[in-house]
Amino acid sequence: MSGLRKVLIVDDEPNILMALEFLFKRSGYDVRLARDGGEALKEVDAWRPDVMLLDIMMPVKNGYEVCQTVRERPELAAMKIVMLSAKGGEAEISKGLSLGADRYVTKPFSTQELLATIDQVLQPGAAGRQ
Amino acid sequence: MRAPKGIALWVGAASASVLLVIGIGAVLQYMAAGSENRPHLIEVVSDGLPAVFFGTAILMVAAGMGASWLFRRHPHAARQLAEQSRSLLAAEKGFRVSTAGAPPLAELASVINQLADAYHRIEHDLETRSAETRARVEEERDRFVALMSELSQGVVVCNADGRILLYNPRAAALLAPSRPDRHGDYTPLGLGRSVLALLDRNQVAHALDMLQHQVGHVDRPQARFVASAANGALLRVQVAPFLGAGRKLAGMVFTLDDVGQLMGRESQRLRLLQSLATGVRGPVANLRAATENLVSFPDMPADRREQFVEIAASEARVLTERLNTALLAYADALKGSLTLEDMRAADLLAVAQRRIAEALQLPVAIEEADPELWLRVDSYAIAHAMTFLAARLASDYELHGFRLRAGSGGNLGEVDLIWTGAIVGSDALSLWEGEPMRVGHEETPLTLRDVLERHGSEAWLQVDKIRQISRFRLLLPRGQAVAPMPYRGTAAESRPEYYDFDLFERIDMTGALAERKLSELSYTVFDTETTGLEPSAGDEIISIGAVRIVNGRVLKQEIFEQLVNPCRPISRESTAVHGIDARQLANEPTIDQVLPRLHRFCEDTVLVAHNAAFDMRFLELKEAATGVRFGQPVLDTLLLSAVVHPSVDNHHLDMIAERVGVRVIGRHTALGDALLTGEVFMRLVPLLAERGIVTLGQALEASRATYHSRLQY
Repeated sequence: MSGLRKVLIVDDEPNILMALEFLFKRSGYDVRLARDGGEALKEVDAWRPDVMLLDIMMPVKNGYEVCQTVRERPELAAMKIVMLSAKGGEAEISKGLSLGADRYVTKPFSTQELLATIDQVLQPGAAGRQ
Repeated sequence: MRAPKGIALWVGAASASVLLVIGIGAVLQYMAAGSENRPHLIEVVSDGLPAVFFGTAILMVAAGMGASWLFRRHPHAARQLAEQSRSLLAAEKGFRVSTAGAPPLAELASVINQLADAYHRIEHDLETRSAETRARVEEERDRFVALMSELSQGVVVCNADGRILLYNPRAAALLAPSRPDRHGDYTPLGLGRSVLALLDRNQVAHALDMLQHQVGHVDRPQARFVASAANGALLRVQVAPFLGAGRKLAGMVFTLDDVGQLMGRESQRLRLLQSLATGVRGPVANLRAATENLVSFPDMPADRREQFVEIAASEARVLTERLNTALLAYADALKGSLTLEDMRAADLLAVAQRRIAEALQLPVAIEEADPELWLRVDSYAIAHAMTFLAARLASDYELHGFRLRAGSGGNLGEVDLIWTGAIVGSDALSLWEGEPMRVGHEETPLTLRDVLERHGSEAWLQVDKIRQISRFRLLLPRGQAVAPMPYRGTAAESRPEYYDFDLFERIDMTGALAERKLSELSYTVFDTETTGLEPSAGDEIISIGAVRIVNGRVLKQEIFEQLVNPCRPISRESTAVHGIDARQLANEPTIDQVLPRLHRFCEDTVLVAHNAAFDMRFLELKEAATGVRFGQPVLDTLLLSAVVHPSVDNHHLDMIAERVGVRVIGRHTALGDALLTGEVFMRLVPLLAERGIVTLGQALEASRATYHSRLQY
């Protein structure tokens, strides 16, 4: 097992998946991809990522449900969740954070800022949400 | 006691008849005696002469007394009965005719008394009944006025001519001048005024025209339009006719809603769309041109390739920025649709509580309701959604009761449906979210998801597994507190004069004015305070107060009060009278700004003032400068008082008020004096009528004829 930090990217849009995979690999992360909520939960069980980049509008299980399921399992408490969504309303952000996401990033975003956010949540002791 | 008229004749006639009978008897005796017996007869008579005289006298007195007795019992008693009967109608209720006199007359008198009893009984019944009816009508009117005051919509009712018969406080508030600190700002809303002046004249006239045509052809004629009021408010107006006898148009009801806020949100949404469209087109075009070049010409030189890549990157940044800026600037426009209304969260909870409890027959408690929290919601849809969820939970998980909570969460409001016990999986909620919401027989095609989307809202389940408490949380947009309706009351004892149904009966305003009755006309009673007493020497108006009289009532709600900057110093004597000095007036409007408003306030009315010549002189001197001419007839209470009380010299306002019984309060402010003058004028009108002065023309003529009208200022 490498010492790289593990990022699971969950989104049903192949273009963003490709771009983010490239970005995080180049930035020194270990990256895996999931195309819907169900796949994401399997990866979480099998791979135990350090952080999950989670889209909301997806088939099978949406991002909120994935988030809620993960947070219902105490053994996954250390895993960080960053929601990444085109839904940018106050109600959606509030719901995401209430369901246990550590950060909520609205699309479109700057790749550099996204990297900084991931870096921040993975700092030891960065428990607080934003 | 005076002898009754005619008795002397009866007594005299009776006594004379006795004398005549005795005389005739004596003559016959004398003739019958024959010549030989006559000396003897004379002798006998001469001897008994005193006795004869005495006997005759007694007989005459007896006959006189008999005649008197007869007279009193018959003709006199009959005449008295007639007189008393005549006064029965006018006298006190207890008065009855005398039953003295001969038996037939006494019987007649007692029959008349019985009739009088019956008459008074009927009169009493009628009075009681009409007092009851009056009280009932009063009560109904009061209830009606109270009801109208509670309406959140503005209501204005007018007759077929467009004259306003009624309006409620909400209508007054909606049409109130935009600067509420100035009473004097002209409000077109007033009893007896034209409804055409309220809103855009053409729009109102068009609506009335349409209604006139629809009546008789259409089942429920109605006209709607959106118009702006003089104060800038945007109102949705609905006009419906009401029909009188013969299904003819008797009047119209206008309902007014303030839609400014809704329209504001709608136009915000439109601007958001436009700003997105225009702001996004340019950067997308650049991005597309750059990337298509990169795709189409893979062999391009490296420096050129770098340029296009840089263009794509920078345009993507611009796009992100534009999108974020637009969404931020129009955040409010995205909050819910037009059908959402601002409502207190506590009220929403109360509705939901009642509906859930009724539909499920389960106890529902309110755990917490933030009294300060307002939400922008479709209350029916939200209450229905919560009832639907509660019904699903109760039936699928056998729950036995719920709690409700409303609190604020940042910029949103949280509404929670809470229960203890059964833990519900979030997948169940996802399933329910997409179902049409059915509760009992009540079903809507809407799903919970639809309702949430219409509110721009989100909902989820929160579970506290340790305490076994679950909550279904709805995040709803926050609304704006709806201000309570402003109270525009006046003195406590006076009932607001927002309606006057007698205006239905009003005759046409355009009738020859001079022929119109004083009691039917509308008046504007006004008064001014000035810098001094000499208008021609440059004295100026510093305050104007006016009040309207419509249908014989001084309308204390419909007033004009305005201080005026005279742009010159005020004499000390004047300040002593009205207590206003120049400093107080520095920020007030000047006379050329005020007079046009006063002129509109006076429209269609006759002017009334005390010592009107003085006030009118000030107004006339401003005619050239302001272009405002007060051409309507003017009545002067000073002159009218002189007409009513010609022998009195003092016609000061206070003195007249005292004479006609008006209590003097609040004098020496323009409005106070105008109100007093108005009350005095209303008391003078019936006094003028007693002198045969009934029409406006007669009142003007009588005023002209009095000495005081020759006073010149």
